[in-house]
Amino acid sequence: MSRPEDILPPDLFYNDLESRKYTTSSRIQKIQSSMTHRALSLLSLTSPSLILDIGCGSGLSGEILSQTPDQGTPGGPHIWMGFDISSSMLGVALEKEVEGDLFLADAGQGVPFRAGTFDAAISISAIQWLCNAETSEESPVGRLSRFFGGLYASLRRGGRAVCQFYPKNDEQKKMVSQAAVKAGFGAGLLEDDPGTKNAKTYLVLTVGGGEVDGDITGVVRGMDGVDVMDGRRKGQQRKRGEEVKGSRGWILKKKEQMEKKGRVVKATSKYTGRKRRIQF
Amino acid sequence: MKLLTLNFLTCAIKTCKTSPASFPLHPRDAELEIIESEINLPFLRNILPRLMWEEIRVIASELGLPSLPTTPPTREDLVEGASQAQATEQAEGEAVAEVEEVPSQTAKDLHRILLETGIKEGKLVCGNCAHEYKVMEGVANFLLPGHLV
Repeated sequence: MSRPEDILPPDLFYNDLESRKYTTSSRIQKIQSSMTHRALSLLSLTSPSLILDIGCGSGLSGEILSQTPDQGTPGGPHIWMGFDISSSMLGVALEKEVEGDLFLADAGQGVPFRAGTFDAAISISAIQWLCNAETSEESPVGRLSRFFGGLYASLRRGGRAVCQFYPKNDEQKKMVSQAAVKAGFGAGLLEDDPGTKNAKTYLVLTVGGGEVDGDITGVVRGMDGVDVMDGRRKGQQRKRGEEVKGSRGWILKKKEQMEKKGRVVKATSKYTGRKRRIQF
Repeated sequence: MKLLTLNFLTCAIKTCKTSPASFPLHPRDAELEIIESEINLPFLRNILPRLMWEEIRVIASELGLPSLPTTPPTREDLVEGASQAQATEQAEGEAVAEVEEVPSQTAKDLHRILLETGIKEGKLVCGNCAHEYKVMEGVANFLLPGHLV
């Protein structure tokens, strides 16, 4: 399937025609709504909160945020603010009279809110656009780091963010999650239907402090059918093939290196690398 | 754009991030509108500690709205006293098992100014760099030219 990111920048790709197609397609509506509900379940909000919607587009996800608990939104109705780079998309949102406040802004330029503003942030199918830079002045890494840096500052302590995105490949997945970790988030990827064409990737971000239960492993605790794969390095683990300095293995390695360089090296015996006895 | 949002927005320009004058953004030539919505008491209670009350007062006076009290309301101010609520219920003769929280006048005013009043057209001006952000149909334009990012 072709990726719109490879065709044009988002503000040009989503023109009036494309925005209308996107918003009125019942297939896209269904997918977006199910992903929004999934993201909300990961946020696990219990009371009406202030939510930021990054790349809100025509407000497909925002509409769900403004619904009441009876209509299926836990903790609702939430108050949300959203920004998007495509003015046509925002135009469609204005026509639909969505309840949230809208901005025309580029997520890659940062998040213009003061520190500790939001309880949570949500982003549906948007941040893969940040992996493309349109001019030579900017780079995907720079855009991602500005975005996550701004997002981290604007969330309150103990806040959460869930960003669903379509990574092009594993490299992009890594780039996005590393940028989030660098900004200070506890980051983890949740994949629904992995390995299929319908795979959905959610980046679950947590801000330390407050009442949240650790990182993503805390978020998914108690959820059915979730396998946790922890790729983090443990504290004491050494890299393979690395010896403790001063050990016999290390000495033998050094001797071998020196020998290869052509130096004269004493022959190795059973006494190599042993400590001398005290009485010597 | 709601006044609530204005209480959280700062200037997007990088060099303004460190300056305290970049918050709040000052409305200019603003055309206001009122969009009625249902009062959301739990949300008001949630958001109250995060509001910068001094800045709300400044913006309200800049927009020519009636002046607000100098002290920010507390969470207790948002609901009518429990005894009063019970009294009204008894007076109405309703057999309601659980006591519904009745929003007080303070809460209604707060809801009016934060969530129902909004800027429709106009500009937002940063106090530090004097950059103007246009607001059209309630949507503010925060796109920056490349050299300001």
